[in-house]
Amino acid sequence: MTRLRGIGVAAVNYPTGMNLGGDPSQALIHATTSGSFVVSLSSTDLGQGLRTVIGQIAAETLGVPYEEIVVDLGDTDEGPHCMGTFASRATHRVGNAVMAAAREAREAILDVAAEELEASPDDLETDGEGGLRVRGVPDRSVRIADIAALAQFKYGRTISGRGSYMKPKSPVDPETGAMDPDSTEAHACTVAEVEVDTETGQVAVLSIRSAYEIGRMVNPALVRSQIEGGAWMGMSHALYETTAPYYPSMDHRPRDFSEYLMPGPLELAEVVESVVLEIPSSNGPYGVKGIGEMTANSPIPAIVNAVYHATGVRIDDLPITPEKILRGLDALAAAPGEPER
Amino acid sequence: MTTTGLHVVGRSVERSDRLGHVTGRTRYTADRTFPGMLHLKMVRSPAHHARVRGIDLAEAERVPGFVRAFTAADVPHNRYTILSLIGVEPEDELVLAEERVRFQGEAIVAIVAETEAAALEAVSKVRLDLEELPAVFDVEEALRPGAPIVTDWGTNTFMYEGHPCRRVRLGDVEAAFASADHIVEAVYRSSPIEHAPTETTGCIAVPEPDGRVSVYTNTQALYFSLDNTAIILQVPGNRLHFIGGTVGGGFGGKVDVIVEPIATLAAMRTGRPVRFVYSRAEEMLVSSTRSAWRIAIKDGVMADGRIVARQVTSYADSGAYSRQTPYALTKHAANAAGPYTIPNVAIDAYCVYTNRQPTSAMRGFGVTMASFAVEVQMDRVAERVGLDPWTVRFINAYHEGDLRPHRKRAEDVTLIETMQAAATLVGHELPAELRAMTSAPRPDGDGGPAR
Repeated sequence: MTRLRGIGVAAVNYPTGMNLGGDPSQALIHATTSGSFVVSLSSTDLGQGLRTVIGQIAAETLGVPYEEIVVDLGDTDEGPHCMGTFASRATHRVGNAVMAAAREAREAILDVAAEELEASPDDLETDGEGGLRVRGVPDRSVRIADIAALAQFKYGRTISGRGSYMKPKSPVDPETGAMDPDSTEAHACTVAEVEVDTETGQVAVLSIRSAYEIGRMVNPALVRSQIEGGAWMGMSHALYETTAPYYPSMDHRPRDFSEYLMPGPLELAEVVESVVLEIPSSNGPYGVKGIGEMTANSPIPAIVNAVYHATGVRIDDLPITPEKILRGLDALAAAPGEPER
Repeated sequence: MTTTGLHVVGRSVERSDRLGHVTGRTRYTADRTFPGMLHLKMVRSPAHHARVRGIDLAEAERVPGFVRAFTAADVPHNRYTILSLIGVEPEDELVLAEERVRFQGEAIVAIVAETEAAALEAVSKVRLDLEELPAVFDVEEALRPGAPIVTDWGTNTFMYEGHPCRRVRLGDVEAAFASADHIVEAVYRSSPIEHAPTETTGCIAVPEPDGRVSVYTNTQALYFSLDNTAIILQVPGNRLHFIGGTVGGGFGGKVDVIVEPIATLAAMRTGRPVRFVYSRAEEMLVSSTRSAWRIAIKDGVMADGRIVARQVTSYADSGAYSRQTPYALTKHAANAAGPYTIPNVAIDAYCVYTNRQPTSAMRGFGVTMASFAVEVQMDRVAERVGLDPWTVRFINAYHEGDLRPHRKRAEDVTLIETMQAAATLVGHELPAELRAMTSAPRPDGDGGPAR
């Protein structure tokens, strides 16, 4: 028995948002009597943390603490239209809509504050912690929460904002394929290291190490969660998963997680490392690009290339099963040094 | 803006739903219950492809707890396609099967009953008279003359404005192949995979006293589901109120609109809440998967490693119906040459119908398998010309402003910087000339590399 080690690399791009556009998301924001801000959306959090990043974007734009944001999502009576959470679009599209709504609400805050402070709205600045002051005059300051209450009870005004974001739909030329298929492009480069057992054909993934460029991270911990989850999903795609394990026979298709092969805790790569470059995009809120889908992509070819580097067996048919490895090793042994084609 | 610097964007604040998720108290769709709630289960086709000659409900109706059965005739607009909202045609899928079933597991009769057990019992008592037809499971076999035809329009391909594939054309690949030093060809294949969300697809439709219906659902796109449900049931959108937003994983599988229309119809017809939540077996065997792909790449390469032509012919298995797959092929075609600047490109991307369970959106929509094929191909090219895998990627990498095969100028490009960062992360020392490269626009100004 021999254990052979190899390294593979892969580099990818990934477009943000529904590729041809025409996918609006809208947001509404209003202030409560106590100075909280409710962000109303019909969008969906799939478990990736949309609620949290939307709260961060709203807080940043309004200039209030994150804790003052209530994100009310997932209701078609309460929130305006959102195309949905898919296509790595939510942070970019919904984030842009929320940012626009927050800008409008912020202007309403500044108008009331200017009246209360007898200043011009243009001379006011927020401190990002819920305070608002006349620029250069530290003692003329006020809490945004107090402005929200005054707007309600003294001035009878609304503090609210509307936001929408949509990339206009691109046509496709049916002859040449000329089209505008992205809003911005994120990038990844993954280096995978594997160890192949030549007796069993089993592939162990030792490490998945990647660089990402995704514009700006709204929440680095949530970005790391996506990177780790995507690395495992990509690894599972490369080495384990199929809904038709006996194809071309369609019999005995897996019905549950005891029959459908996926890596368990012992099989997952122990090392998933990443570095994230932040080079702001031109059209994302605070420069973000989408990271949701792409984290599963580059690990797949990186693992396939690593298996080739380790064994000389080039497998072009996913998933890489032990049977394919062993047959490939047998073929190499039968015709050593034979060029691939 | 009068703020300076960022206060909370860029900080790892704790996620707001963390406590509920880790203590199991977050309420998902199937955690809800309502007084008088009925349970919906489907009678599904045991055959991959068959003519439906008869449906006998007599024995099922005698099961204690049986409430009502629904067949195609009960669905106001039974034939639909979910992307009709953005203008994709034709409507090809049936909420409940009519004269033909096209995949094993296709829904034929919906049964609602007082309990889940009664619904399953009644489902088992429905007698189907099916005449089995020849079936096809492979994308290339489906395109051969004489193959069983899955669709109603006479071919097993989606038609893109008169073409059987989504085409991308730039330059002249044949001329470039003729002058290239090497031709590197390979075919890449993949098997379908399951989205495998922790929470299975499901919804509960609840009739309200004001005549509206509240639909609790784990869809990834609430308005998308609402609008499709309104079309299928032929009711004004204002009759429907969709509630969700907290989902235990989607990965694209919950962009389909499958459970809500029939559950909402059953709730409206019975006047009672109706729960339709997939079992894990339904999630695995019936719900959409990622397509099976076959991708042939032919590259023309110069001795120094520059790729001067790339021809890609891709086949994605849509299964029995369109769902999101025709759109995925367009995204695939836009990305199938990879993040590289190649002056001559020809891409033909086919959306093919077979008698497998329908495929649809899945994480990486049309791009994941393009990235797999292209990035393994890049290693083949490197090996053929005797370069290392890093160098061949750097010298072909796209730059800001380059003309892409789909004729848009590349924007926000950082591939080279990302590869440099990865090399640093793993301690791989790049040659000085690669370390010095950037993604900045090329000096020749026209966005195309000097060739």
